[in-house]
Amino acid sequence: MEEVGGSGQKKLLSSKVLIIGTGGLGSPAALYLAAAGVGTIGIIDNDRVDLTNLQRQIIHHTDDIGKEKVNSARDKIRAINPDVTVQTYKTRATSKNISEIIRRYDFVIDGTDNFPAKFLVNDACYFEQVPFSHAGVLRFFGQLMTILPGESTCYRCVFHSPPPAGVVPSCSQAGVLGALAGVIGSLQATEAIKYLLGAGDLLTNTLLTYDALKMEFRKIRLNRNPNCPLCGRNPQITELRDEQQSVCDSKTK
Amino acid sequence: MSIRQLIVNGNDVKCDDGLTVSQLLIDQKAKMPEMVSVELNGQILRRNDFATTALKEEDGVEFLYFMGGGRGIN
Repeated sequence: MEEVGGSGQKKLLSSKVLIIGTGGLGSPAALYLAAAGVGTIGIIDNDRVDLTNLQRQIIHHTDDIGKEKVNSARDKIRAINPDVTVQTYKTRATSKNISEIIRRYDFVIDGTDNFPAKFLVNDACYFEQVPFSHAGVLRFFGQLMTILPGESTCYRCVFHSPPPAGVVPSCSQAGVLGALAGVIGSLQATEAIKYLLGAGDLLTNTLLTYDALKMEFRKIRLNRNPNCPLCGRNPQITELRDEQQSVCDSKTK
Repeated sequence: MSIRQLIVNGNDVKCDDGLTVSQLLIDQKAKMPEMVSVELNGQILRRNDFATTALKEEDGVEFLYFMGGGRGIN
């Protein structure tokens, strides 16, 4: 492809992408980054593969049940592309450890499934000045945006802080269509590759929303928020924090 | 009361003159309105201002929802 070429492929090989969470979003993202030849892929995940994961976490297979997710993911990445160096972090990302991991990478993919983690990733990428792809999925809906810290609209510009405890739908009710997570996670990989190559227009200052039932994509323009507590005119958040867990979250990545 | 034409989440919506953002969230049956972020004409509105911000003709409103993740469905 014109936008890639030999030099582009070399760029990808020398690039490092971190995926936080090898779940519904992280799985397809990791597979496509491996296939694209991104030279170093880091994965953070503290969980083991469970039967209930398999309907959407497609990097994990039935034979992997019980295995640590970082190992399961590493094996499939290497099976697709043995040239990829996989760096695994079997841990939960917290305010104590996330910064030193993030700063080793060129781009971060948020594959977390809970709100406190999403705010942590946003804040950590801001302080470390590492671009990242934010995304979330729920039932038949998904959304994503690309954030260039200090330059484009961040997650807190839009969502300020985690939702109040008890208001979030319970995890067993929420659910998500597996294929939908596949779409959004693949889009996250696309954004990562575009960033690394300097190709096309990134999804900055824009929320892409997907309604799988109506089969509609929308792009919502989101300007930076001067009142943002992180990147606004008068920042109130000047260091990382572990936001309070909301009621339904049983696991964090 | 006169009627205003708004664009809500990309769709044309008619509402009464002076309708506030809080009322619009209820009218439009926004799920969990206390969790929705609202963008009005390209700017994110402070939650404290929802009840006092009256909508005008041709205002563009977007409801933005938290989306985290969830357990699988079969």
